[in-house]
Amino acid sequence: MRPTMISSIARTAFLAAALAAAAPLHAEPETRPWPDILARAKGQTVYWNAWAGDERTNAFIAWIGDEVKRRYGIRVQQVKLKDTAEAVARVVAEKSAGRNANGSVDLIWINGPNFLAMKSQGLLYGPITQSLPNYRYVDTEHKRSNLIDFTVPIDGMAAPWRLAQFVYIYDSARHKLAEMPTSAPALLAFARQHPGRVTHPTVRNFLGATFLKQALHDLLPDPSVLQEPATDATFGPVTAPLWAWYDQLRPALWRAGREFPETGPAERQLMNDGAIDIHMAFDPAEAAVSIANQLLPPGARTFVMAKGTIGNTSFVAIPYNAAHKEAALVVADVLLEPATQARAQDPAWGGNLTVLDLAKVPAAQRGLFAPKAGMPGLPTNEELGSPLLEPHPSWMTRITAEWEKRYSR
Amino acid sequence: MNARSPSFTQTGGLWAFAPWITIAVFLLPVAAGLVGTGLPAFGYLPAIGGEHLSLGPWRELAEQPGVMTSMRLSVQTGLLATALSLAFAASFCALLQDHAIYRRLCAMVSPLLATPHVALAIGLAFVIAPSGWLSRLASPLLTGWDRPPVGLVTVRDPQGLAMVLGLVLKEVPYLILMILSALGQVPHVALRRAGSALGYRPATAWFKLVFPLVYLQLRLPVYAVLAFSMSTVEVGLILGPGNPPSLALLAARWFADYDLQRYFPAAAAATLQGLLVLAALLGWRAGEICVAHIGRARCERGVRAGAIEPVARLSAGLAAIALALGLVALLGTAVWSLAQSWRFPAAWPEQWTSQTWAQQLPRMAETVTTTIGLALASAWAGVLLAAACLEAETRRGQAPTRRVLWLVYAPLLVPQIAFLYGFQVVLVKLGLDGRWLAVAWAHLVFVLPYAFLSLADPWRALDPRYARGAAALGATPWQVLWRVRLPMLLKPLLLAFAVGCAVSVGQYLPTLFAGAGRVATLTTEAVTLSSGADPRIMGVYALLQAAIPLLVYGAALTLPVLLYLRRKGMA
Amino acid sequence: MTNGTAQTLSIRDVCISLPDRELIRYLSIDIAPGQVVTVMGASGSGKSTLLAWIGGFLQAPFVATGDVSIGTRRMNDEPPHARRAGILFQDDLLFPHLSVAGNLLFGVPASVRSRAARRRAVDEALSEAGLSGCGERDPATLSGGQRARVALLRTLLSQPLLLLLDEPFGKLDAALREDFRRFVFEHAQRLGLPTLMVTHDAADADAAGGPVVVLE
Repeated sequence: MRPTMISSIARTAFLAAALAAAAPLHAEPETRPWPDILARAKGQTVYWNAWAGDERTNAFIAWIGDEVKRRYGIRVQQVKLKDTAEAVARVVAEKSAGRNANGSVDLIWINGPNFLAMKSQGLLYGPITQSLPNYRYVDTEHKRSNLIDFTVPIDGMAAPWRLAQFVYIYDSARHKLAEMPTSAPALLAFARQHPGRVTHPTVRNFLGATFLKQALHDLLPDPSVLQEPATDATFGPVTAPLWAWYDQLRPALWRAGREFPETGPAERQLMNDGAIDIHMAFDPAEAAVSIANQLLPPGARTFVMAKGTIGNTSFVAIPYNAAHKEAALVVADVLLEPATQARAQDPAWGGNLTVLDLAKVPAAQRGLFAPKAGMPGLPTNEELGSPLLEPHPSWMTRITAEWEKRYSR
Repeated sequence: MNARSPSFTQTGGLWAFAPWITIAVFLLPVAAGLVGTGLPAFGYLPAIGGEHLSLGPWRELAEQPGVMTSMRLSVQTGLLATALSLAFAASFCALLQDHAIYRRLCAMVSPLLATPHVALAIGLAFVIAPSGWLSRLASPLLTGWDRPPVGLVTVRDPQGLAMVLGLVLKEVPYLILMILSALGQVPHVALRRAGSALGYRPATAWFKLVFPLVYLQLRLPVYAVLAFSMSTVEVGLILGPGNPPSLALLAARWFADYDLQRYFPAAAAATLQGLLVLAALLGWRAGEICVAHIGRARCERGVRAGAIEPVARLSAGLAAIALALGLVALLGTAVWSLAQSWRFPAAWPEQWTSQTWAQQLPRMAETVTTTIGLALASAWAGVLLAAACLEAETRRGQAPTRRVLWLVYAPLLVPQIAFLYGFQVVLVKLGLDGRWLAVAWAHLVFVLPYAFLSLADPWRALDPRYARGAAALGATPWQVLWRVRLPMLLKPLLLAFAVGCAVSVGQYLPTLFAGAGRVATLTTEAVTLSSGADPRIMGVYALLQAAIPLLVYGAALTLPVLLYLRRKGMA
Repeated sequence: MTNGTAQTLSIRDVCISLPDRELIRYLSIDIAPGQVVTVMGASGSGKSTLLAWIGGFLQAPFVATGDVSIGTRRMNDEPPHARRAGILFQDDLLFPHLSVAGNLLFGVPASVRSRAARRRAVDEALSEAGLSGCGERDPATLSGGQRARVALLRTLLSQPLLLLLDEPFGKLDAALREDFRRFVFEHAQRLGLPTLMVTHDAADADAAGGPVVVLE
């Protein structure tokens, strides 16, 4: 009966649907005072289920483990996932088996559809953010993705951790910043001027889909319509400018738009070889880190669109049946500490943007966030501007399907 | 007077079960898998809501944009790769006697045989890419490029030629080996001499006199090559076009889709792939008959020196280039694994380092252990079963039949994608999916045919009088096996083991399906990485992937030498 | 080497045939202990097949009827390893993976348990063959004549009740041939083994000195 060979949304959706009979539990806000939580957390082990695909993140998690051990006597055990949906499925399975306490998952690194699934099925413990002392530093005005994740309100059920933003990269040895396009029409002009030197990952890849979302955002006079779910009635008219633009762009793309790099790293390698002029990534530190690893030329620099680029926040959430809720809360809080956030922003530790509002951070610690010297290619917080909100997930699914329909021969 | 003839045949006791066990082990998964994939192709898969048979999946498949191109691509690349490999390999062997250089090139055949398809494909992708090694060696001096040129399309070309080349690199050594072993049973020297005496040029004589005899034994290997070339997923992922991809690749993509409902058209595509292979095999057979007709007519015409000679020379030269290219591809991965910085258009890395190896090896430890463990287990089981079947055959005094040979080749003639999904469903029902044991079983299905084929000829060629003499000295049949036959067959046994290891290391789809994506081997990781990760890390993976079977081969060749150092008769 | 109880080899009414023709019709031979009976005939007349049948190695498509017994014991239904029918082929067929001593030890029956006794038997055999001290040598390093002698002694060590010779002298050159022939027949006579020899060479038959059966 178990579905086989699947990952992510599908498995979650399937198993969650199988539980449709069970009513979601009521959210119980965390109300205990922080010292009590700290006291109970001491000696616990947090099983932090986190995607293990990135070396620096794994190292960062290991460092967090050392920190909380040193300061609070808490052990952190990273459960390495190939896909977040695995952890979601585990909680779902535990709930269906009636295991409402002593769950095997204490903390999940989560966002997007996985978060939506867990929240709507009542699988999360919380709200928790109101009890975290360091939450007061979080930027809730300019970094709206800290409150709304893919159009789903967080409602305090998960604590933000780091920010990803869609950025573009160019080689300053070949072009000047002024030449680089900062809007979709400008990108079209650039591609025509340098035919075969611009491409994007295949739209089946998350990065490729975001490239199209980003372009659509740029081409629409009123992008707020993207926050609503896409319907049969709205999809056609809303995306019409996108396809018109893309039809003109395609012949000027690399390989005349017939083949696309399968992933972001594949595209990066094309740039490294000098085959293309623009690379895109969801990681603002991509240029800096890649230069350090000789995966991009030393002249690689980052830029964004004039109207801003899409960003999303990564969260950590605690399942409703977690065995070590207190220790998980402590870890979530440590993640929000300014010192931790500054360290996370260091490309050596991941180069992830902070979710904090630097204005709220005490002046003494603000300096920690200054860009490191000797790290070319790392954009400053100002250069990156305000991240735009992610559209509703239904837009991505439809755009991907439409692209496949139009452009697969 | 008794009417029964006293004879050497025995019922064989337990040995009679060996062939049945072997068949169960490797044919049941294929049969069950075909059913398990065929049913969803017609809409029946209760686990995700398919309760009734319908043609819906086929309609979905037909509506997929580019599906006709995918089908054409599969057939095109398969037929072209097979035809070229056969022509190259045959021409190479035809000229083997006369030109010493080809004899020396034979030494290259073994390392290439041991290298998995994926490693060669990764290396080749690097060598022929617009930003690849050939381009780098020629730039900027010869071509004036300081950036990879825009219009040049090599890897992932829409006609699949890069994929054909990748397949040819691996199939040519394989077919050369098959031809050489077939030549052992054909009086080719005498036939060549007879042809020369009648005035025919050497290659013409070989093709007109020797090749028809050789082809009889080559037929099944060629069919296996055709089936694989048409339905490979891993080589297609690395070298083939993605937009639209070949049919097998399309099916594999859908099987891995988020949307579970895509399993139906995926199964339909997989079944269609199976039917396409069947059609291609039949078409090839028809082609054989035509070529035989034409060939006989031309033989009777008595043409001494026609087009065969120059074409054969050209093909043999191309075969040599293919072998060399294979080695260059491997070398390319080695160089990348030691490079620190290698930017276009530098011909060699600007900076070298061993850090990539130092960093990656500890992280790869688990993957490497899994790969080696699976290889050793499936190869050991494969050789054991093959030896048991051969012993049963020997004890019952049976002669090898063609039916047995076809049975043995069956898993190699059915496209992997056409039955692996069904096999996974069976594993799920048994509760075995995702386990190491299931993956070992899946590997065993493909290891067995190769182990059997590798062991069969030497086993059957062993002088039966040794066994008779030993029996006459009072040794029971078990003692004959244990103390005489197996020790004397040590080298073939170890070589069959090495072949089994090589086959297991190179498996991609079986690991993916039977392991439900949870068991990672060097090959699955390498294919994942090949979508553009750090080429230095790719180099490490590709090289390790090639190194493991090579090491086992090396051990298989040296161990008997060491054990029988003072036994010249065993050399 | 120990003497077995000398017994007569009796072959009664042997018919061996292939699906399309008969090879041997109602052949009966009695071979006394120590006697050498020679079987001669054209190629394909069934000489070697007869030996195979007596040894228990007959395989399809051959079909045979008849009785073979040694002394009073009927051998028809016994598996080859129980018949104690020693056989010498044209090639020495010494096991290449064992040393000379190893080959000889292979022939010593398992009933001889103690290692000392087994080694003693082997040493005696080696000196009999004129190869004392050559036990640890690789059989491939011996000359043709030496290998042939070791092959015979290996057979004799297994305490056979009869000897079957399938053109054993064919591969030896003229001088060796005579020596080895004498070697074989002397031992056969000394041990009282009924011997059946298949050969092309009339000189072998003469040297054997026994009855000659010619198959058509």
